[in-house]
Amino acid sequence: MKSQVVLKIKSNIKLAKNIFLMKIFGYIENLPVPGQFINIKIENFFLRRPFSICNFKEDTISIIYKIVGKGTKSLSKMKPNKSLNVLYPLGNGFDLNDVEKRGKIILVGGGVGIPPLYFLAKELKKLKINFEVVLGFTTYEESFFVKEFLDISKLHVASIDGKIGKKGLVTDILKEISHDYYFTCGPLAMLKAVHKIGKEGQLSLEERMGCGFGACMGCSLRTSTKVKRVCAEGPIFKSSEVVF
Amino acid sequence: MSNLNVQLSSMMLDNPIIPASGTFGFGYEFKDFYDINILGSMVLKSITKSARFGNDTPRIAECKSGMLNAIGLQNPGIEAFLEDEVLKINKIFKKKIIASVAGFSEEEYVYVAKKFNDIEIVGMLEINISCPNIKKEEGKFFSSEKNIYSLCREIRKVVKKPFFIKLSPNTENVISVAKAAEDAGANGITACNTYFGMAIDPRNGKVVVSTKKAGFSGPAIKPLTVRLVYEIFENVKVPIMGSGGISNSDDVIEFMYAGATATQIGSQNLINPTVCKEIISDLPKKIKKYNIKSLKDIIGKSHY
Ligand SMILES: Cc1cc2nc3c(=O)[nH]c(=O)nc-3n(C[C@H](O)[C@H](O)[C@H](O)COP(=O)(O)OP(=O)(O)OC[C@H]3O[C@@H](n4cnc5c(N)ncnc54)[C@H](O)[C@@H]3O)c2cc1C
Ligand SMILES: Cc1cc2nc3c(=O)[nH]c(=O)nc-3n(C[C@H](O)[C@H](O)[C@H](O)COP(=O)(O)O)c2cc1C
Ligand code: FES
Repeated sequence: MKSQVVLKIKSNIKLAKNIFLMKIFGYIENLPVPGQFINIKIENFFLRRPFSICNFKEDTISIIYKIVGKGTKSLSKMKPNKSLNVLYPLGNGFDLNDVEKRGKIILVGGGVGIPPLYFLAKELKKLKINFEVVLGFTTYEESFFVKEFLDISKLHVASIDGKIGKKGLVTDILKEISHDYYFTCGPLAMLKAVHKIGKEGQLSLEERMGCGFGACMGCSLRTSTKVKRVCAEGPIFKSSEVVF
Repeated sequence: MSNLNVQLSSMMLDNPIIPASGTFGFGYEFKDFYDINILGSMVLKSITKSARFGNDTPRIAECKSGMLNAIGLQNPGIEAFLEDEVLKINKIFKKKIIASVAGFSEEEYVYVAKKFNDIEIVGMLEINISCPNIKKEEGKFFSSEKNIYSLCREIRKVVKKPFFIKLSPNTENVISVAKAAEDAGANGITACNTYFGMAIDPRNGKVVVSTKKAGFSGPAIKPLTVRLVYEIFENVKVPIMGSGGISNSDDVIEFMYAGATATQIGSQNLINPTVCKEIISDLPKKIKKYNIKSLKDIIGKSHY
């Protein structure tokens, strides 16, 4: 069940260059699953801004966002205790049916595509599923959550500036470690590269959104089977249906 | 009878609150948020003869006090709509709906419109002759009074239900198009669709929406459309549905004073999915405060 709720900011801290972790809390009735997102109303902006759920615990939802424009800039200035009007939980989560039969699982995240994978990693851990994680950052200054992932998974890191982990792209690492199935979220170029490797998996996609809950057809994309709305039938898509 | 009810052509509405075409999906996207049966009625996404993907993305842009869209009439096509969607709507909505018809030629409009004749849940039709997000040559057809007159005549011949014509505000002859539609047998006018607009990202100079030109809607257009409703009311006798920038009960009352019998809420549904519910519960308090006995009494009152 989707709902519109007013939650409060618990904390809003800088994690890395231009990257923030915001925790919001309140009465959370409908429990989110990994891969779902929330849509936040920011004062003085007409459209809401969508962000993946990075973590969820009792009464608190966490998101990690990067300042890319005026909306996220304004979000970064918000102080604890401020109320936020939020639509949640939106979209579908990662499909974890039969996940134990998928063979060796790998989570591949790039930049601010990493947040939903943290929620997923925690869930897989709870389900006692083995997995490895590959994270990609542009620079050391923009890296975040490395320790958090190290605590719960076997982790590989790549960065373009080479100052954290291996110098290069996540796909360089992917070529070296065997895997059967992947879950991925990140910049389009990275998703395309992961998809191209040809293994089976699930991808979290992005599109500009008018509503976030299926009403406007703003976020449609063509899949191998039919037209789907990223916000309603996605944002998680199977590798077999994604056409790049 | 409640003091919110209005008679819109053949439809007696519990209240004048109707979600606008393209901003309410096929209704069920809102059922998690509230019981949509409190609505006066609802207009569904425009339907064409064949399925359409619409335009390339990005087809949405943020603006000050509004938004741009260039969806380009994405819809499953009339056959799939009748087969799959009508059943689903029937399950969640117990009132009559308004079906929106779009097309690219007179024949196509007539073909689609006729298909709704025997669909029980459809109370009336809204003929969308104003989608700004189609090719220029296709769009031009609909700014001519002569073409609209002919289109309405043909629709009148085959369609048993009342039909409204949804006008484009992007032509200079809005009033004469409204009159032509009325003369040819349209049962009402919806005023209006979105305004041509554009957004450019100052950071890189790129036009944001893929089609470049797109339809502008939201609070910013309200005064423009109130003016149109006011003038159309002076020139036609058929009822008017107002659509443009409505976000609260005061806006509804303003449109009705200008001449609207019912009002459509568009973009606001996208950012506040419970806006229609909020307006419906606020209206009784507002009309009491403004000493209005019954909402229908104020239709066009600003003219007298
Ligand atoms: C399902 C989903 C999940 C997301 N999760 C995250 C996340 O966890 N962390 C994070 O940092 N970002 C995430 N994003 C991207 C985030 O929504 C945008 O960065 C943000 O909306 C930018 O807003 P702005 O006002 O700062 O930027 P501006 O460029 O000023 O925004 C202008 C308009 O474009 C839209 N827009 C801009 N960039 C994007 C984009 N990449 N995707 C979709 N719409 C965009 C905005 O929402 C707004 O309507 C997600 C996007 C989607 C669709
Ligand atoms: C995303 C979006 C899609 C729309 N699609 C349609 C459509 O398919 N048919 C139509 O007649 N109008 C369509 N419209 C126009 C609205 O129905 C409405 O007339 C217009 O947005 C003005 O009202 P508003 O300011 O309340 O949004 C659309 C508007 C938006 C924002
Ligand atoms: S954002 Fe409106 S349908 Fe997906």
